[in-house]
Amino acid sequence: MNYVIIGNSIAAVGCVEGIRSRDKSGSIAIIGDEPYSVYSRPLISYLLLGRTDEKRMKYRPDDFYEKNHVKTFLGHRAVKVDSKVKCVTLDDGTMLPYDKLLLATGSKPFVPPMTGMDSVKHKFTFMTLDSAKALEEVLQPDSRVLIIGAGLIGLKCAEGIADRVGHVDVVDMADRILPSILDEESSAMMQQHIEKHHISFSLSDSVSQFTENRATLKSGKKLDFDILVVAVGVRPNVELAEQAGCEVNRGICTELSCVTTVPDIYAAGDCAKSHDITTGSDRILALLPNAHMQGIVAGTNMAGGEEVFDKAIPMNAIGFFGLPIITAGSYDGEAYVTREPGIYKKLVTKENLLKGMILIGDIKRAGIYTSLIREKTPLDTIDFDLIKEHPQLMAFAKKDRKIKLAGAKQKGDA
Amino acid sequence: MKRVYVNEEWCLGCHLCEYNCAFANSGETYMPKALKDQKIYPRIQVEEGDGVNFAVSCRHCEDPICVKSCITGALSIDNGVIKVNTDKCVGCYTCILVCPYGCVMPASDGHVIQKCELCTQNSCGEPACVKGCPNQAIVYEDRGE
Amino acid sequence: MAINYMVPEYEVVRDPQRCIACRVCERQCANEVHSYDPELNCMRSDETKCVNCHRCVSLCPTHALKIVKNNDTFKLNSNWSMQAITEIYREADTGGMLLSSMGNPNDYPIYWDKMLINASQVTNPSIDPLREPMETRVYLGKKPDHVERNSDGSLQINTPPQLELNVPIMFSAMSYGAISYNAHESLARAATELNTYYNTGEGGLHKDFYQYGPHTIVQVASGRFGVHKDYLNAGAAIEIKMGQGAKPGIGGHLPGTKSVGDVARTRMIPEGSDAISPAPHHDIYSIEDLRQLVYSLKEATAYKKPIIVKIAAVHNVAAIASGIARSGADIIAIDGFRGGTGAAPTRIRDNVGIPIELALASVDRRLREEGIRNNVSIVVGGSIRNSADVVKAIALGADAVYIGTAALIALGCHLCRSCQTGKCNWGIATQRPDLVKRLNPNVGYQRLVNLVNAWQHEIMEMMGGMGINSIEALKGNRLMLRGVGLNEKELEILGIKHAGE
Repeated sequence: MNYVIIGNSIAAVGCVEGIRSRDKSGSIAIIGDEPYSVYSRPLISYLLLGRTDEKRMKYRPDDFYEKNHVKTFLGHRAVKVDSKVKCVTLDDGTMLPYDKLLLATGSKPFVPPMTGMDSVKHKFTFMTLDSAKALEEVLQPDSRVLIIGAGLIGLKCAEGIADRVGHVDVVDMADRILPSILDEESSAMMQQHIEKHHISFSLSDSVSQFTENRATLKSGKKLDFDILVVAVGVRPNVELAEQAGCEVNRGICTELSCVTTVPDIYAAGDCAKSHDITTGSDRILALLPNAHMQGIVAGTNMAGGEEVFDKAIPMNAIGFFGLPIITAGSYDGEAYVTREPGIYKKLVTKENLLKGMILIGDIKRAGIYTSLIREKTPLDTIDFDLIKEHPQLMAFAKKDRKIKLAGAKQKGDA
Repeated sequence: MKRVYVNEEWCLGCHLCEYNCAFANSGETYMPKALKDQKIYPRIQVEEGDGVNFAVSCRHCEDPICVKSCITGALSIDNGVIKVNTDKCVGCYTCILVCPYGCVMPASDGHVIQKCELCTQNSCGEPACVKGCPNQAIVYEDRGE
Repeated sequence: MAINYMVPEYEVVRDPQRCIACRVCERQCANEVHSYDPELNCMRSDETKCVNCHRCVSLCPTHALKIVKNNDTFKLNSNWSMQAITEIYREADTGGMLLSSMGNPNDYPIYWDKMLINASQVTNPSIDPLREPMETRVYLGKKPDHVERNSDGSLQINTPPQLELNVPIMFSAMSYGAISYNAHESLARAATELNTYYNTGEGGLHKDFYQYGPHTIVQVASGRFGVHKDYLNAGAAIEIKMGQGAKPGIGGHLPGTKSVGDVARTRMIPEGSDAISPAPHHDIYSIEDLRQLVYSLKEATAYKKPIIVKIAAVHNVAAIASGIARSGADIIAIDGFRGGTGAAPTRIRDNVGIPIELALASVDRRLREEGIRNNVSIVVGGSIRNSADVVKAIALGADAVYIGTAALIALGCHLCRSCQTGKCNWGIATQRPDLVKRLNPNVGYQRLVNLVNAWQHEIMEMMGGMGINSIEALKGNRLMLRGVGLNEKELEILGIKHAGE
């Protein structure tokens, strides 16, 4: 069996692990356009913070490929997928026939056209190791940095460099920060916290024009900068999928088995859509854990297994300047909110289920909430009043605790 | 493999397991030196309810979602034991986000996580919580799973 | 506020260098001696509440605690001891009888410690129990007077019902109510594994424990709590409790606070009501009356179960035993004045009854003199503390012993003698659910099994030393005992020679 994986990040690793859980001998080829063995992209902000380094950023040990008998084509791009003859062509002309193909092509930063961009000398995106290294090279203690985008990537970048530069400005069209994961109140709370670290926000605003070291905003505000980082969002890499004939609709469409609409072609990771059980819609959940789990499911199925990726939920663990944030699910429903200094907590319920949560400051045992969302645990089967206070297994029925903790078998298990 | 199982009907809520855990992982040989006037950061936690107590620590799941979700590769399975490489961990807390038992927690410095490693990484030899439990409310057994 | 005349009996000494303020002591003390001061971040103690049960000491992970006798003292007086004065204060405070529990702690002679065991030298070789067979099995019950044969010469088997014990040690009567469910389960499971017996006491038999019936002695006491036909048939033997060593002449008393839930149900009494057994059995005023009850119980159980009559060791014990041996009973159990209790009036516990050693010796002699020793087996209890006490009891004529206090100590009891409060920190003499669960029967039963196994090994070593390889050959073998420091009268009653003779 010939397995080919396009992409060399988290979903690819999951896929290798999935394949090797069933098929120890089939040949696996990985094509990756970065010249590195697999590393964790979310760590690039920690790299700038000095909390990790290139060696420790490696997602798997150096012998990962060797141990799993994976042939790598690193520093190469796949330029063509022919699903008729089942063959992938690389940028150097190498042809790799496949029996099963995984598209784990990830995403790329989206840089919208902005007037005067060409005049900016130091401009970066913030997604790959190379982009972080390039940014790091130009950082000076008195640099003024302008970041376009107050989302997860932009703010992680801001945190990573805040103590290494003179000042950071963040501009976003949205009226609040981290709008994809926080509600208004928690956005404001995080903004206040982040602003303590010489980071200024210009919200509900955008750049109308760049002139070398100055950005003029729509509001008329002028921001001087030395370094520009564009982090307004990402776009999935779907060109190969389209070429291969896969259905693409703002992301590669997949079944729960991670197969695309073209037989023997699977997709996983930030390029692929998955089924968000909290909203019931199919969408890209560009999250590292999901990429890995999707990869495992895809790999297992490519090797003849019958797994489904049916527990996908949006979820994030992130933090800024020592204040941790954990969020999951959707926020449409009845909210239960508590506030204490430095702590915000929102639980959202709907139709007897926990649908979503936002925890800031106190994130202890948050996974117990996450599992209620993921497992769709009916809230009337647990003591929700108790678990609302803080996550605890005490809220589960005694028989469920026995299954969880005392090795009792689920009803129906052997 | 051998696992820590909870017999909640015998848990007294004495919290000795938490102190024995903190001591075992302190690297010290004298408990007062290790724990006196310290806030403890045990990897096992006693839950207290109305007449019910039990101690919870990592279940060492066979299909661990924490390992799958770890963004750094710091969590791994070694002979069935889920271990954390604190050198790699950056304290992103994704594992805390996903652990359905609430058994991963920030370490005392807040920069990395910690979790039960069945005392394989300290000099205790066997889980200190089980060894010190006065009522066999937690046991370390191989039930052939 | 009235003056508090009492001084705390104990002092809680906490080593501040060691205490880590983990609060285990606080959580484990049902008497609420320990508390945590968050401002000082240290533990405090209120020793007026301390009963010296050592739960905190045993569980303290840093060994920071010790409980010492308070050396604050009243003016020394050999006659008016501190205890005598304190008891007067207490009675003057409340007007109520003083209550105590467990056995008589006072300084009366312990005859076990004044008897020494023989060993073989040169002429009659000793036996090594690790290399040679050694029999510790005993059968309790009436033995046939003579051998009967059928017309073809074969033996007629008409032995009355017997109890078979692998070791001559049984667990004595402790009621469910006085002790906890988990204590009972520990005893029942240990008796089963050891192939011996435990005893329900007068609290009936919890339905969960019917499965241990073949190793259970069911008791019928003056209150008849929990007695019904199924109960009688559930056990291997039935014991009629006439008296108890800790409180001869009075009945049992389980306070309503301990008579909760299953305890009340098992006793078949309303929940929360005091379970007070009458001092006498109101249907027994003579040996003939006793005989009626013995045979009623035999009738109810189809003559398949031996009947035990248990009495306290009192002044006329030999004559009483003689009557019992003629009443149809199969086994006499005698409980000495040091026997334990869950609650007894202090004055009675400390002043009524006689030592079991003397009672046993005189009963055994009297029954032999009257030629009725084979009518009954003799079981003695009332502070059998170790295997040497067992060997000495058997040499004085006992068939087996009952252990109660020793069994509870194996379960963790520290003899704080506060059972009557119902707040046993070891989960033994309590019905408070949070305390009961401190005794995990999986742990408790194993400790009991270990104890009896250890004693069995020691008994075999001592027997081997005497050149005896069967417990039957030790029974009543007074030549194996010598007294030390005993007067002529004591030696005469015990039927033994003085050391050196």
